[in-house]
Amino acid sequence: MTSKSPQSSASTLPAYPVDSVLSLSRVTKTYPGTPPVHAIRDINLDIRSGELVGVIGPSGSGKSTLLHIIGTLDRATSGTVSVAGHDVDLLTDRELSSLRSRHIGFVFQQFFLLAGETALDNVGDGLLYTGMALEERRNLAELALAQVGLEHRMSHEATKLSGGERQRVAIARALIGSPDIILADEPTGNLDSKSGEDVVRLIEELNSQGSTIVVITHDRDIAARFPRRVSLLDGRVVDDTGQTNGAVSR
Amino acid sequence: MNSSLEPSRLTPADMMRASLIGLRTRRLRSLLSGLGIVIGIAAMVGVLGISESSKSDLLAQLDQLGTNMLRIEAGSGIGIGSGELPEESTSMVSRIGPVEQVASVSDTSASVYRNDLVPEGRTGGITVKAVDAGLLVTLQGQMQSGAFLDDAASEYPVAVLGSVAAERLGVTSGSDGTIVWLGDEWFAIVGIMETLDLSPDLDRAALVSYAAADTFLDHDGIPSTIYVRTDPDNIDAVRSVLPATVNPENPDEVEVTRPSDALEAREAADQAFTNLLLGLGGVALLVGGVGIANVMVISVLERRGEIGLRRALGATRRHISIQFLGESLLLATVGGVGGVALGAAVTAAYAWSRGWGVLIPTVAIIGGIVAAIAIGVIAGLYPAMRAARVSPTEALRTL
Ligand SMILES: Nc1ncnc2c1ncn2[C@@H]1O[C@H](COP(=O)(O)OP(=O)(O)OP(=O)(O)O)[C@@H](O)[C@H]1O
Ligand SMILES: [Mg+2]
Repeated sequence: MTSKSPQSSASTLPAYPVDSVLSLSRVTKTYPGTPPVHAIRDINLDIRSGELVGVIGPSGSGKSTLLHIIGTLDRATSGTVSVAGHDVDLLTDRELSSLRSRHIGFVFQQFFLLAGETALDNVGDGLLYTGMALEERRNLAELALAQVGLEHRMSHEATKLSGGERQRVAIARALIGSPDIILADEPTGNLDSKSGEDVVRLIEELNSQGSTIVVITHDRDIAARFPRRVSLLDGRVVDDTGQTNGAVSR
Repeated sequence: MNSSLEPSRLTPADMMRASLIGLRTRRLRSLLSGLGIVIGIAAMVGVLGISESSKSDLLAQLDQLGTNMLRIEAGSGIGIGSGELPEESTSMVSRIGPVEQVASVSDTSASVYRNDLVPEGRTGGITVKAVDAGLLVTLQGQMQSGAFLDDAASEYPVAVLGSVAAERLGVTSGSDGTIVWLGDEWFAIVGIMETLDLSPDLDRAALVSYAAADTFLDHDGIPSTIYVRTDPDNIDAVRSVLPATVNPENPDEVEVTRPSDALEAREAADQAFTNLLLGLGGVALLVGGVGIANVMVISVLERRGEIGLRRALGATRRHISIQFLGESLLLATVGGVGGVALGAAVTAAYAWSRGWGVLIPTVAIIGGIVAAIAIGVIAGLYPAMRAARVSPTEALRTL
């Protein structure tokens, strides 16, 4: 990705060229009903390449909704969303799928690994819908597994690994295609504190190697370790510690 | 917009892999849901195979037995005549040009028992008939053991048994001098016939010569049935002149039949039964299809998380629907192939037990697999559509 999007945020523009990976402008998501649920309201958010952002907020504050909209799994009710230089509003559903297949990586609280497949193939599935051949995906998956420290679990059945290992497989799957942004929704939510700590360290390490990562978490202690924190309450951003320079400037 | 997006793609091999996941991870359930198709297809292939094998056996049988035999009996009539064939019928018939062989059979009132201790009346349904020595040749019958009656033996109390009669009397060999109590005499059994397909009534009879019947049973010798072999090209002509030849006064009293017609008619009756079984196989197939659809719908519900994940990984709705359609198709196709194999095995086993050649029509094999594929597609359409419609965000919130 070498594209640049117009900066919509009010923050000061840096003097050096910076890639905006993600840009939300006045984004609202309303679920119809009586009364309608305003899951997120009027959100402005810009994330640069190389940033590590923690999104915190109480349950029901709209964190997952925000992540789904950033990840193009859902469309905003109003406002504009731009991901990896693409204006999401202008893309068809099929184009959004292809955007996800190459430019966005996901990590979920429930891991969502495929049963009956090895760790290697689960990681390779991160590039499944790019049309890349299985052999090639396996080669890349081997590297990704090494990156998360699981090369010795390559041919194990993924769903039979420990919780921490499963989440690391899922992280390897998210990073295998070097996406522009990795979105993690409560990645430590199902883990004991030790495994959770390993996962957070891994996330920090990947960020230091240049990955742009957004992590949703309940855990204030974890969030406190991230360079940038965005706090949500009742669907609104109530606090944003502000854009960091990301990996580009480090 | 700066860079154009390359569309999401899934290689055919990965498509196959994705469709196999459900079958690999839920083996028992897949097996059970595919069973309906297996049974349905096996039933249809088996029914068609057995019916074809039996038909081809019949053709071979007809070929061997010939279709040029006619059978003459006294008709049930309207009560004008005697209800019997005239005594000179046999010689009259043999004078018809195209007639090649003639042999007559005459029902006697005698009974036959294993020995003289068996209470009278317990005949086991075995009749005693007087026959011409040429009967076996005319019927193109074979001997199981021993020899048929010949002119030399005609003066003596000897008899030949039909296959069923021999079994019921407990006579196993026609050449070891077994004697039976026939009429009021001991008769020696000199031969046992093979089953006669064109005249099954003779299978349940003990046959003696006319001379022996006259001497030992005091039988009048009036023929009850006359078998005629004609030149195959003139069967119809012979058939039309037979009644008047046999009984010029009351031709209506004479009934002429062609035993091979009866075999063919039996086959036609079998056909109706075959159609019924085919219909039942079709019902099984339908139930199998519904079973697959049902299991697939459940599977879509259970695998919402996987569907959400795949959408997050970049799958389009179409990719998701193809995956589930493929799964249903695979399930049905495997079921269809299994069904064809099972149906063929059943056919082979049945044909073998009947001593027929095995004949499984290609149309049944291809039709069975095509039907299974069609059912797989139809059964998979709705579940595939449901899967494609699963909202990725809701799917990912599950669990
Ligand atoms: N499909 C939906 N229809 C109606 N309301 C919804 C729907 N999805 C989410 N909501 C509502 O939107 C609000 C935000 O939900 P969201 O899942 O984003 O919260 P969250 O911050 O992720 O919570 P948690 O920490 O519990 O995961 C909630 O009030 C939720 O009930
Ligand atoms: Mg949530």
